[in-house]
Amino acid sequence: MSSEVRLFIDGAEFRVPAGISVAAALRHAGYEATRRAFDASPRAAFCGMGVCFECRVRIDGSERLGCLERVTDDMDIRCDA
Amino acid sequence: MKTDVLIIGGGIVGCAIAERLAREGIAACLVERDVVGGAATAASMGHLVVLDDDPEELSLSAYSCARWNELAASLPAAAEYRRIGTLWIARTEAELAEAERKRERLVAAGIAAERVSAAQLQVLEPALAATLVGGLRVPADAAIYPPVAAMWLAQRAIDAGARLRCGVAVEAIGDREVLLSDRSRIGARHIVVANGCAAPALLRGVPVRRRKGHLLITTRMQPAVHHQLIELGYMQSAHGTNTESVAFNVQPRATGQLLLGSTRQFDDHASEVTPRLLQRLVARATEYLPGLTQMTALRAWAGFRPATPDHRPLIGPWPSCDGVWLACGHEGLGVTTALGTADLLAAQLLGQELPFDAAPYAPARFAASSEHCHVV
Ligand SMILES: Cc1cc2nc3c(=O)[nH]c(=O)nc-3n(C[C@H](O)[C@H](O)[C@H](O)COP(=O)(O)OP(=O)(O)OC[C@H]3O[C@@H](n4cnc5c(N)ncnc54)[C@H](O)[C@@H]3O)c2cc1C
Ligand code: FES
Repeated sequence: MSSEVRLFIDGAEFRVPAGISVAAALRHAGYEATRRAFDASPRAAFCGMGVCFECRVRIDGSERLGCLERVTDDMDIRCDA
Repeated sequence: MKTDVLIIGGGIVGCAIAERLAREGIAACLVERDVVGGAATAASMGHLVVLDDDPEELSLSAYSCARWNELAASLPAAAEYRRIGTLWIARTEAELAEAERKRERLVAAGIAAERVSAAQLQVLEPALAATLVGGLRVPADAAIYPPVAAMWLAQRAIDAGARLRCGVAVEAIGDREVLLSDRSRIGARHIVVANGCAAPALLRGVPVRRRKGHLLITTRMQPAVHHQLIELGYMQSAHGTNTESVAFNVQPRATGQLLLGSTRQFDDHASEVTPRLLQRLVARATEYLPGLTQMTALRAWAGFRPATPDHRPLIGPWPSCDGVWLACGHEGLGVTTALGTADLLAAQLLGQELPFDAAPYAPARFAASSEHCHVV
């Protein structure tokens, strides 16, 4: 089993450790924000447990909570939620 | 301490009254036990809508919507006042006939309203189900963010000289004075009871019941909606006496999020969300907006509307207690009607010319149920 997965964040390719959450993968890839608020200020994972909804991202087209999803190979993550 | 007018309750109604009286140069003191713009005001959808079901409701809501519109330019951006208009939606030919009757009533009252065909509906709101048969568009209706609007009114009152006491409750109403939860007393020539659902706790016999309602807000990635969308069956739900009802009512927020409503329940006093009702609310909304099956619900909450037996608010003197005035019982329309209420109550209290007939809202219509105040 490979210890890394390959995924795409806003179209750019990254390799991150297997088994981590999407929110962690974003940090790993150097992303500070998971999304932008209405006033364009950055938002990022806060509670890490599915309560605050600040870690919303679009994964393979659907809106998801980054802290609750595990990375998988070829995952397409968009930070436009 | 002494004041001319003491207002109990810093919801949107109490804040509007304090603002209006302070602008008249009256010494007003607003007492709020929790936070300004909390309670029903914070739970609300903030749709500023002319309802025509009852001629009295029509005059109060039309007057109030016009007043909100006058204030629009001075409201802060955070109050999110937007003239999104209302689109009343028909599913059946019978509802379409109701849309026409509604149009006639509104136009007779000077409110612009235009019939919308099924094809026009799809152009105005492409996210709506194609099976809907048409509707009625009322372009002047608006939406607002109620807690900010209430805080802004309270601030205007303070700027005009009113006093605000937050974090202390009125425990009892006495003869030209109130007793506060910190054991102090405030003397007042007039006492205005504007504490929404809690009015019966201070004045026995005030016929206000709690009517629970649920709302849900989505994230931004939703089907685009432009108007406040309401099913024409809504008034049946609002004015019916069923213990439980659900009607499609959706508001697009300035952020692109959708606020989904609404449910009505008597006899449920638990502030928690009732999952079964929330499920019905979502199912109903999805019948009209099929794209909602993909939605992400961000939050859901429940609040209580202060309802009276005839669905009209109580505005005016409470017959059995000298110097005690009521401004409560606004049920599901109090954000809209707060400004009309403030103008009507202030005019009565100050002996000025009334902006419209006060009789339909007079608490005296329920005088048989009123009792004398308990003296502190
Ligand atoms: C789910 C829902 C959706 C709604 N949607 C709309 C809408 O779209 N448009 C619309 O126009 N209306 C709407 N409404 C109705 C509207 O919210 C209410 O009619 C309105 O907020 C009532 O305002 P109020 O100031 O009378 O009461 P509240 O906002 O309940 O304020 C009463 C205040 O009194 C305070 N208080 C109570 N007891 C005491 C005491 N003893 N001493 C001191 N303070 C006290 C409370 O803390 C509270 O702050 C909705 C309501 C609900 C529940
Ligand atoms: S970080 Fe709070 S829900 Fe994901």
